[in-house]
Amino acid sequence: MKQDIILAGVGGQGILTIANIIDYAAQISGLSFKQAEVHGMSQRGGAVHSHVRLSDEAIFSDLIPKRAADLMLSMEPLEALRYIDYLSEGGQIVASQNPYVNIPDYPDLDKVLDAIKQSGNHVIVDSEKLSREAGSSRSQNTVMLGAASGFMVLEEKILLQSIREFFKSKGERIIDMNIEAFRLGREAAGI
Amino acid sequence: MKNKLLLGDEAVALGAVHAGITAGYSYPGTPASEVMEYLIKASAGGGFNANWCVNEKVAYEEALGVSFAGKRALVSMKHVGLNVAADPFMNSSITRINGGLVVVVADDPGMHSSQNEQDTRYYAQFAQTICLEPSSHQEAYDMTRKAFDLSEYFHIPVVLRMVTRLAHSRSQIMEKPAREKNKTHRASGKDWTLLPVNARRRFASLMKEQEMLLKFSQGSPFNMLDLNKQNKKLGIIASGIGYNYVMENINELSPAPSVLKISAYPLPHGLIQELAGHVDNILVIEEGYPFIERNIKGLFGIKGKKISGKLDGLLPITGELNPDLARKAMGLASLQGRSSVPDWLPGRPPQLCKGCPHIDTLKALTKALETYPKAVVFSDIGCYTLGALPPYNAVDTCVCMGASVSMSKGGAEAGIYPSVGVIGDSTFIHSGITPLLDAASRDTNMTVLILDNSTVAMTGGQPTVATGEKLENIIRGLGVDLRHIRRIVPLKKNLEENVEVIKEEVKHPGLSVIISFRACIYEARKGKKGAEK
Repeated sequence: MKQDIILAGVGGQGILTIANIIDYAAQISGLSFKQAEVHGMSQRGGAVHSHVRLSDEAIFSDLIPKRAADLMLSMEPLEALRYIDYLSEGGQIVASQNPYVNIPDYPDLDKVLDAIKQSGNHVIVDSEKLSREAGSSRSQNTVMLGAASGFMVLEEKILLQSIREFFKSKGERIIDMNIEAFRLGREAAGI
Repeated sequence: MKNKLLLGDEAVALGAVHAGITAGYSYPGTPASEVMEYLIKASAGGGFNANWCVNEKVAYEEALGVSFAGKRALVSMKHVGLNVAADPFMNSSITRINGGLVVVVADDPGMHSSQNEQDTRYYAQFAQTICLEPSSHQEAYDMTRKAFDLSEYFHIPVVLRMVTRLAHSRSQIMEKPAREKNKTHRASGKDWTLLPVNARRRFASLMKEQEMLLKFSQGSPFNMLDLNKQNKKLGIIASGIGYNYVMENINELSPAPSVLKISAYPLPHGLIQELAGHVDNILVIEEGYPFIERNIKGLFGIKGKKISGKLDGLLPITGELNPDLARKAMGLASLQGRSSVPDWLPGRPPQLCKGCPHIDTLKALTKALETYPKAVVFSDIGCYTLGALPPYNAVDTCVCMGASVSMSKGGAEAGIYPSVGVIGDSTFIHSGITPLLDAASRDTNMTVLILDNSTVAMTGGQPTVATGEKLENIIRGLGVDLRHIRRIVPLKKNLEENVEVIKEEVKHPGLSVIISFRACIYEARKGKKGAEK
């Protein structure tokens, strides 16, 4: 069993939080994993991505080869396209439909969403709306994790256990909000 | 034995803790910062000392003091940090290292967050010491401990070379039991007083030791030759994380090529000769410069053998390796897929954060210099370097730590007016004080803006040793004319006032220092949270 996942978004959108939740879930599941992330200069308001590799065998490369990713989880529509050439034939895209506009030349959103739809199997989620339903727009990343969870080799209950662990220090209210965000995302993806 | 989830940098730090360090020293720099961040957390309960230092040279020398006392020390830095620490590093290889001294250097191939992609293996060769180059988290952990043993056995500083991909990748490691720290047993002064009479003796001793270092790398399990007698065509030499990219693809090659994994230097001559004796073609896959390739190729190559890699263009000579490049070099076709990145996709470069004090300082500076089309703004290393990008286009240079101040002086002396230096508080403390002392001694006609945001922001908000009043006192102490040390607060509402201050000081025909003081917005938030608690 193995799964390669590309996480994409803009610095500050909580990509590394999702990555850490997946890492811990992989750890509980007894899987090997490697997760390459971006720190430093490349982080500030710029494009950010992370390569997550899960396997029941040894993993060598920290980076996923192009055309080898089983899943693309993007917090932002434009950023899904930036790494789309990592997606394998038959790979799954799970992307937020909500643009993060901090550049002057952000293209027409319909054009961006159309390009995603033409790129492969896709689920596009209104993470902003769902996160507000869950209680805070800051939970958009957990909404997206929920939306992608049905396509992962990790079990739902283990991902939930990992979310609880990750937000443990922030108190019950934050934990519950993120679990609700996860549930809403999962529901929106039709799983 | 426990299973732990760590960044590559953290695996190194934990390896050092379990190896029994007495102290760890560093200056922040991507991709090495997480080594010290982990050490600081791990040292919270006491047991050893771990702290940020004013720069890499100081950090290295503090570590040397620990080694002199007979105890183990780790010093960590990014690749260009070793340029700053090159003086103590080079000289320490001919002292007789006492307590284990391990130098962790994180290279940044591809320049994700750096101004060059220099390869630290050359430094290790330059100092004629051992370099270990892990390819996985487990190796990062294990090799750090081994590095301390080697340092104490051979009495040399040992280099552990990390690269961005491993430093900033997370995975699991198996821990080993921690061991005790060394007791104090001070070194002999004769071996550490590098007067020519001692230095000559010590250098001769290091040269004599080279044979033993070679014997070590030749027999080290970190260098591994997997010879396939059925394949005389191709042999691959892979080092560090280059090995991962080879192993990612190797199952598709039939018959399998022989593979020599190199993770310990000096180069294991014997193993390389053994491989070369067996195959016609040697492919070298290494992250960074073509260090191994150049060494084995030499001037004349090996007769009858083809050596491929970065020098013959099979792999790009610049940038970072990845599994796809390795695939191609191994003669495998690219994987197929239908989606490609649209050509109309705009870039999303890093940006100054919303509300960042640098934005207000740079805007005021640009406005103040509007009437001076010949002005040059020499800048430095930090978040404010992003001021070189649109929409600011506010600075003209970024070379190395502290160069803004010294280049302003040189520029001014070459006739540039206004000659302006822009430097952050932490970079100033790191390497800006000495050039400002130089400028003050001659009252050079230049203006230095010190952007005091009270932190080392770009690398993640590490503490700086002097900010606010303390920083101003340092500047006063350097002999800058007190009437021309000014303070501004970079806020939108102060724009006009700040423009006036900068204009006045640019007009002053001597050295001026303007401190632009407002905390990094992230630090300000952290401070608020702290106050609420």
